[in-house]
Formats: sequence, structure tokens, C-alpha cells
Amino acid sequence: MYRYDTYDQAMVDARVAEFRDQAQRRIDGKLTEDQFKPLRLMNGLYLQLHAYMLRVAVPYGTLSGAQMHMLGDIADKYDRGYGHFTTRQNIQYNWIKLEEAGDILADLASVEMHAIQTSGNCIRNISSDHYAGAAADELIDPRPYAELLRQWSSFHPEFSYLPRKFKIAVIASKRDRAAMRLHDIGLEIVRNAAGELGAAFYIGGGMGRTPMVGPLIRDFVPLDQLITYSEAALRVYNRYGRRDNKYKARIKILVHELGKDEYARQVEEEFAHLLEQNVEPPLAELERIKAMFADPAFKPGLPTKADRTDPAFALWMDRNCHAHKTPGYISATISLKPVGGIPGDASADQIRLMARLATQYSFDECRVTHAQNIVLPHVEIGQLHALWQQLDAAGLATPNLDQIDDIIACPGLDYCSLANARSIPVAQQISERFAANGKADAIGELKLKISGCINACGHHHAGHIGILGVDKKGLENYQLLLGGSEAEDTSLGKITGPGFDEAGIVDAVEKATDVYLAQRTDGERFLDTYRRIGMEPFKEALYG
Amino acid sequence: MKILTGNDLKSGAVTWWDGRGWSLNVDDAVDAGDQADAIIARESAAQAVNAAYAIDATRDDAGHVRPAHIKDRVRALGPTVRPDLTLKPADPAAVNWVN
Amino acid sequence: MAEQLGTGHLGTGADTVQLRFRDDEQVDHPAVTVDAFVDQSNATAVRIEPGDDARALLGHLDRIALVEVNFPTYGDGRGFSAARILREAGYTGELRAVGDVLVDRIDAMRRCGFDAFAPDVPLDEADVAAAFARFPEVYQAAADGRVPIWALRHG
Repeated sequence: MYRYDTYDQAMVDARVAEFRDQAQRRIDGKLTEDQFKPLRLMNGLYLQLHAYMLRVAVPYGTLSGAQMHMLGDIADKYDRGYGHFTTRQNIQYNWIKLEEAGDILADLASVEMHAIQTSGNCIRNISSDHYAGAAADELIDPRPYAELLRQWSSFHPEFSYLPRKFKIAVIASKRDRAAMRLHDIGLEIVRNAAGELGAAFYIGGGMGRTPMVGPLIRDFVPLDQLITYSEAALRVYNRYGRRDNKYKARIKILVHELGKDEYARQVEEEFAHLLEQNVEPPLAELERIKAMFADPAFKPGLPTKADRTDPAFALWMDRNCHAHKTPGYISATISLKPVGGIPGDASADQIRLMARLATQYSFDECRVTHAQNIVLPHVEIGQLHALWQQLDAAGLATPNLDQIDDIIACPGLDYCSLANARSIPVAQQISERFAANGKADAIGELKLKISGCINACGHHHAGHIGILGVDKKGLENYQLLLGGSEAEDTSLGKITGPGFDEAGIVDAVEKATDVYLAQRTDGERFLDTYRRIGMEPFKEALYG
Repeated sequence: MKILTGNDLKSGAVTWWDGRGWSLNVDDAVDAGDQADAIIARESAAQAVNAAYAIDATRDDAGHVRPAHIKDRVRALGPTVRPDLTLKPADPAAVNWVN
Repeated sequence: MAEQLGTGHLGTGADTVQLRFRDDEQVDHPAVTVDAFVDQSNATAVRIEPGDDARALLGHLDRIALVEVNFPTYGDGRGFSAARILREAGYTGELRAVGDVLVDRIDAMRRCGFDAFAPDVPLDEADVAAAFARFPEVYQAAADGRVPIWALRHG
């Protein structure tokens, strides 16, 4: 994984000093809250429903054991003993004090971490495939390209005051495990007909109030022009994105209103101009970064089968593990979705345990997934049982990856001042309902996502089943959506009809799965059956 | 009645205008009436509170203050899914008050 | 393209130019709008609003001594693009940021090619010095000619 050189370290250290100065000026009254707010947001510090919340960046979801360990220590030292892993592969702490925020950033900087640009109208954390470097189906590890873009986007002098936030995802496989088409810019690393590596650019995806699947804007940008093209795309957005209406300010609105061909043409014009301006790092820089993402020292000749005598272990292995490109290895998902638990939350002790397990079992590396779980990417199959035993003892071995109780949920009204309704209790009740009715295994793959408001941080538009919390005359109410997908078959969910109260939405989810179980044909997932039979049978079951 | 809520600048703790200062307990909140904007402006300038705003609330016969909107009730108590982190960790009925 | 940044000194003018990193004479007559400028053959100072297209000035750059770029509200970042575009086109005259110019943005402004600043609210000069000195290096190539980290890494 990437390691800072002295230049990178100097930048984060300078940022810590800058933020300490800004926070002190706020505390001393030299800055008003209106002046301070954009500055603290650029360091991921929100003022939330209960306290300041800090969102720490986890670039493309990758963490070393030492970094993961520090995240656990921060939870203990500065917060209330836990952290929340988010749908953008970051971590959030909910009980931060402004007067300690500088110290937290300094602690993070000591392990090559930061909270730079995790909020604000700027380029945010760049996300990627949580199986990067491990998956058999990837063309190449996408993360070096994400790292190149990360450095380009950090403290970018032209793009720090965009019309709105800007989210980028990078993948390098046909299987889209990063919801790439639902980002402001999604890059897929590809080979052209001549066998050269480059990137396809999808621009204008996103969720929120007006969800859109990002259209293909350019099918191939050579590797040595990625930064120049990205710069062109951002400049057109910075110049022409709407600034009159906060809810129409994302790039998806610009691409939609111009039309993708006109937007592509404007970017092409700017791109041709910028190619003369020497903004592109040399390929040697990409090679330098790539060298840090070389394969770890995989051992040859390892056993390719595990001892499956223990049925609980065998179940977990079947559910939560993903095939690895190297024989003898496997990628393991640590579920942060225990039955009735808070999706994505982990205690400081659990975080430190996962750090130790990453060091012990996975070449000192772990990943945060956008589904709010943790992956150990490179585990020897022969050691999988020993790993599982430690996870099981710590409540981290729920065998539910991609099942109905592997719920993605935003923090919702329990934590977030933007929310209209609570999302976590709904997640807990659905999780408990399906533990009780025993239908989760029969249902199989079902991606259920819950957002507490239209901002869609729970990605409800992209759920096979999605739930949106709304305010109905001061009461919490929940809309049900069906048929969304975040994968390469990207689609946006459709609302079933009138909303439900909290008890009603849990029943509604169960009814929808009952329709699926009754109507499915061989091998169909919930999503496939919905796409085949349409909304009507579900509406009938829900509303009679 | 109109009560005022904000956050302590340094600690981030949720506070409520109690007539003289900013309390951590919503039951200490007083009716700011038509003075809300003036109080907020003065207290913000003095850095006694950050990001303050006015909300509707009622006070019952026992003197307990109930914010009108569920969001502010969650704000007053704490996250309903972590009773241990609320202002009333020992009270099993506290979470129901939010509803 | 890169500007030689001389010592800053207080200037005067219709907008109070608090900081100016040029050695030439400051233009002391008002700037006209982009629309008016294109019509007026004798204007030498032009003011760009956020919604203006800086490229409307291309082809006239040799007769412009001053471009003011207005930042009416804090969050509107279009002026950064306007500035870079002008420098990329070879503009070497004064590029002045006016309006809601805060010390926390001034370094980004300079990186985008601004060499004069006329903030609505005067800036504390010690804060300004600290802002310019804050980041030892830069990750991107921009309009100020600073060598980006990727170039330092690879000679």
C-alpha cells in the first residue's frame, strides 16, 4: 500500500498546523461560525445533532494494521469508545471536541492519515474496490490510479470551491464493486484494442434528490493523460455547474442539462487546451506509486482447502469469503452487522482486534467496504479457521455478507441533523425479524439499504430493497423502493407506493421477500425476480 | 413556547438557554418569547454558545420540557439506539420519550 | 507564464488594494465590465464577474493591464478558473482578486495566478504571511510556476 514520502508527510503536517490555527482563531472569536464552517468542513469536522463529528479519510478504503489500531485508540482517547464505518469507506467519530480536533489530526498524521476534504464543496475521498489487489477478475490493481488522483485532488487551488461536493470512484474490473456508475466521476481502468492501459470515464452519476446513473463520457483516456482529462472535467464543472440552487448543484445536473454529448465536447475542448499546459505527472510517478502496490510475498504451494468440520465455520467461509487470484489465499469479510446491531459501528476493542488480525493474517492490510464491513484481503486458506475463531469470539463473525441482514444504513435521525427519520432502529428490527423467521438463507443475495433522508447517504436508490425515511407531518415514515443495483447492472430503485410507519416498513420488507420466494425461478436473486415480474405483484402484496 | 438550543463552542455539547446561561438539560430551558434572535445574537457574540437556533416546545405540569419536533427530542436525549450514551442511561423508558 | 513575485506593498485605488506582488505601475482607473470592454478599444482594465467567460478576453490580452476578478460570495469558486485560464493564455498583466477575499483562500488564489488582492475586509498581514508560508510544497501544477511534488520526485 502507499507509504508517504517526506513530501506527503510535510503536507499533512502543514495541514494539521493550519487547522490548529483556524480552530484557535475560532475559539478566540477571530472567526465567526460562518467563516469557520467551510474551513472545518474541509477537515471533515461537522457540527451534528449531538456534538462535533469527525470524518476521517480512508483513501480507497485501505488501512495498515497500525492505521487501524490508531483508529481504535482515537475512539477511546477522544470519543466514546467506538467508530462508525461509512458508505464511502471512511470512518466517523460522533463525539469530538473542537478543542481536541487538532490533536486528533496530529495523531492521524503520525500514521499517515488525515481528514482532509472529507466534507465541503471539494473533491472528496476517492473510493475503490475492496478486493483490489486480490480479486481474480481485476485487470490490474485500481488503487495506484486512485492514489494519483488523490494527490492531484488534495488542496487543489482551482477546485476547492466547487458548486458542490465531488465524489470519485476507481475500479479495474467488469464487476463493479464500488458503485462506480453512481459517482460524480467513475473511472474504469481498461485496455484498448492496441492493448494499452487507460481509463473509461463515466461522469454525472449520483444519488440524493435526483439519482442518476453516470453516462460514459469518454471511452478511453490514456494513462499518461488521466490527470489532464480529470482537470478538464472539473474545470467545466467549476465554471458551469449550477450555483443558484444547492439541490441542483452536482455535476449530474450539469451533464443532464447540457446533455452528455455537449458536456463531453466541452471537456474535450478544455482537455485539448490543458494538454499544452504540462499539468500531467510523468509516467514515472505512476510507476513509483504502483511499486508500492506490488503483490505481497504470497507463498506458493499452500493448501487450497480448509478444514470444514465445524459447520459454523464452513457456513461463514461459504458466505463471507471471496475467491483470491492466488491459489491458497482467500479474501475474508468481517461483518459489522451482527443481528440487531448498529450497521458499520465497531468498538475500540473490536477495531484494535481487527488491526491485529490484519497484521497476523493479511499481510498487515485491511479494507473498509462501502457496505460498511471490513475485508482482510489476503488470508491463507489454511489459517482461515483460526482467524474465524478469533472473529467469532469477538462477535465479528456473522455469516451474512450480501444477505438481507447485511444492511447498509446511514446514521439517520439518531445522529444526523439532516435526517428526517431514524434508520438504525429500522435496520435492527429487520435484522431481528429475519433472524427470527429464518428466511435469510433461502432468500440469498439481497442488498438492503436504508437512508434517513433524501441525501441518500445510505444509498437507498441502489438497494435491491431500499428504504427512505421521510417526515410525514412530524412523524417518521418510510418509503419502500425495489430494484436498485449498485453493481455493473446499475439501476435505480422504484418507490412501491405510500409509505409505512416503523412497524409497517419491517412487515413490508418481509412481504416483499415473500413475493420473491413464491415467484422466483431457478437461480434468481430477489433483484432478478423483481426485474422479471415487475412491481405489480409486490404492490398487490403490500397494499392489497 | 420558543426555546433556544445550540452547542458549546469548544466541547460541542448540546445546550439549552436557561435564562442566564446555557444548560445541558432541556428541562432547564426557558421561553425566549420574542427575544430569541436578540439572545442568540448576544450569546453568540460572547461565544457563550455556537450555532444556536429557536425551536417550539411545551412544558408539562411536572415542569418537563418537550421539544415539538422529534429531531430536537433526539437532540435533547441522545441517540435512541445507544441508551448508554444518552443523558439518561439508567432510565429504560427514556428512549420512549422521543416518540 | 510564471510571475516574478516582488515584495508586497500597500496600494490605493477604487478597490483598496491591500497586497500587490508586482513592480509595475498600478492601474488607477476603474475597470469596465467584460461586455463593455469588448466594445471599447481604449479600455485597459476589465472586471470579471463569476458568470463571465474569461476567454471572451482572449485576443485582447495585449492591451489589458489589469483584470479584476470579483469574488462576491465566499463559496463561489469560479474566479479561480477565470484566473488560471487567463494566465494559461499568456496574460502577464495584473490579476487582482477583489471582494470576499479571506486569508484562508489567499494561497489558492495566488497559485491560480492572482498577484494583487483587494479584500472587502482588510486582512491581518501576519495571517497573510503565515498563509503563504503554510504549505512547503504543492501537489499540482498551476499558474504560479511552483514546481509540483511529482516534478521534485522525478527531477
